[in-house]
Amino acid sequence: MPRAQSPRVKLQGIRKCPTGIRGLDEITEGGLPRGRATLVCGGAGCGKTLLAMEFIARGILDLGEPGVFVSFEEPIGDLTANVMSLGIDLRDLSRRGLLAMDEVQIERSEIQATGEYDLEGLFVRLGGAIDEVKAKRVVLDTIDSLFDGLPNEAILRAELRRMFRWLKAKGVTTIVTAEQGERSLTRHGLEEYVSDCVIQLDHRVRNQIATRRLRVIKYRGSKHRTNEYPTMINNKGLSVLPISSLGLSYPVSKARISTGIRRLDAMLGGRGYYRGSSILVSGSAGTGKTSFAAAFADSVCRGGQKCLYLSFEESPEQLLRNMASIGFDLKRWTTRGLLQFRSQRVTMYGLENHLANLHLWVEEFSPSTVVMDPVTSLVGEGLSDEVEAMLTRTIDYLKGRGITAFFTTLPKGGVQHEGSEVSISSLIDTWLHLRTFESGGERTRGLVVIKSRGMAHSNQVREFLLTDTGVKLRDPYVGSGQVLMGSAREVQEAEDQDRAREAKQAFERRQHDLEGERQKLEAQIKAMRLELKNLTEEIKAASGTERLRTTRRSQERRQLQISRKAD
Amino acid sequence: MTSKKTGMPARKSASKARSSRAAARTKVPQEYVLKLYVAGVDRKSTDAIRVITGLCDEYLQGRYKLAIVDIYQQPMLARGEQIIAAPTLIRKLPLPLKRLVGNMADLDKVMVGLDLRPML
Repeated sequence: MPRAQSPRVKLQGIRKCPTGIRGLDEITEGGLPRGRATLVCGGAGCGKTLLAMEFIARGILDLGEPGVFVSFEEPIGDLTANVMSLGIDLRDLSRRGLLAMDEVQIERSEIQATGEYDLEGLFVRLGGAIDEVKAKRVVLDTIDSLFDGLPNEAILRAELRRMFRWLKAKGVTTIVTAEQGERSLTRHGLEEYVSDCVIQLDHRVRNQIATRRLRVIKYRGSKHRTNEYPTMINNKGLSVLPISSLGLSYPVSKARISTGIRRLDAMLGGRGYYRGSSILVSGSAGTGKTSFAAAFADSVCRGGQKCLYLSFEESPEQLLRNMASIGFDLKRWTTRGLLQFRSQRVTMYGLENHLANLHLWVEEFSPSTVVMDPVTSLVGEGLSDEVEAMLTRTIDYLKGRGITAFFTTLPKGGVQHEGSEVSISSLIDTWLHLRTFESGGERTRGLVVIKSRGMAHSNQVREFLLTDTGVKLRDPYVGSGQVLMGSAREVQEAEDQDRAREAKQAFERRQHDLEGERQKLEAQIKAMRLELKNLTEEIKAASGTERLRTTRRSQERRQLQISRKAD
Repeated sequence: MTSKKTGMPARKSASKARSSRAAARTKVPQEYVLKLYVAGVDRKSTDAIRVITGLCDEYLQGRYKLAIVDIYQQPMLARGEQIIAAPTLIRKLPLPLKRLVGNMADLDKVMVGLDLRPML
């Protein structure tokens, strides 16, 4: 019983062979299955050969694993020249005995079938090459040519099956490339033989913009990511961009960076944006988004930090000139190397190229802040899903590196609403919305903080001006329950003052009247008091006389009685 | 060993041979330079060797050079001659170059491939 279990305990899952290609190892969770064959399929021009070549070259250069490249299609000279532009010198690698290349030419017209055959010729050549450099990696590119050149498909298939078994036995990690079939993965059904790992490359064009994709269709014995990933080819070779390589576990910072606009800082809890957060400034055309971006870039550079400014609409020169006109001297930062402008037309590349370029520049320049102005230019008709995915990745990527991301967006069709065109708002930490107010024959600019995570922020709609010395926020007008801007606000303020003066005057007048009344009353009171006093005295006098009279009368009566001698 | 020596010079003079002999092709019997690449001594190899040597003896008496190469013994030749399948017979002369792939079991096809017509 325990004996039966022991082999199961020994299994440790399959070993991986890192490709050294950016992103691909992340998707495959470590690389291709070591010691097995991987099929790379795709249509013409989708980068099969490049992927295979990079696998070999990176293996030699970065991972110390010699390789064999067997080309069935391209002459070796062409291949060497092609990858020279990626900085890979195949001739040098061959000289150093780390790379063996073989070119298999099959001329169908020369070949006459005469019976049973085998592929020993190929085996011998391949075996010789593997032994020559002690190869760990083998590429067969593109094996379809064998089907075009050799007769008797049944024999060929059997022989291929034997070859893959043989390669496996030799313990080399193999990449086999094959043309995409119309209904199957490969034109000749090679997935039947090479079934441990299948990677599909795709090159599609939408809205005249080409996008490369890569997908791991199958990976036996290993978990892998199943999505389609944008891929790009640039002067550093092929790179695959995994969307969620970072997840939500990035470190956060409590440090703040000034917005570059003093009173906007005050609106955001007094100290500006969080370092490493994502900031969105939305607003229709001409609301001053770029000025906010410039203010922030200026502030970042002022603090001695580096800022990368990606402009999709204006050239660097134009931006510098325009921003100088509102008091942002960005030129001094570019000359000091703190600020880098990258302008490119959106239509120049597919989305994934933009993203990959961003990666490249961020790695080269390592800025603390990236400004993208405006990201909505990336939205073509009906492509917003992809843009959203791309921005999600961008934000992920930048956040993962603790880089502050500053985006501006432009609602489509110039409609003013608080939904941003690209629904990335949920990914945004601080969202400022700029809008214009049109009344009284003028347009004024207003600003509101829609949200700002993790800080107390003002809820006021503030008017701002683009002046010679930067962006200036004005005091909020908070009278009579409405927001007024521009000259309407001036008028209103003057009116308010008049009204106040009038009210004051009216009050004074009334006070004066009342005082008069009071004085009058007081005078009346005085007169009446006097009268009262007189009256009292009169009463007193009257009662005195009466008493006197009474007394006198009783005396008189007594005297009378006395005189009459009464008793 | 002898086969290797005969093979190489014949290849070098191939183009010259074509121009000088093209005119005489109808009269003078064509000279043949053949190379048979086999892989070891398995059944297919021995079959192919038997068939080819037999045909040469029968049809090309005195006007052929046949080299038999074992690619296991000389793997570099397999690379240089673009050998993929085994056995492969390369007809270097007369031009155009032809590759006959297989154990030569299909005699008709071998005859066609070598431009041989059965003797009447």
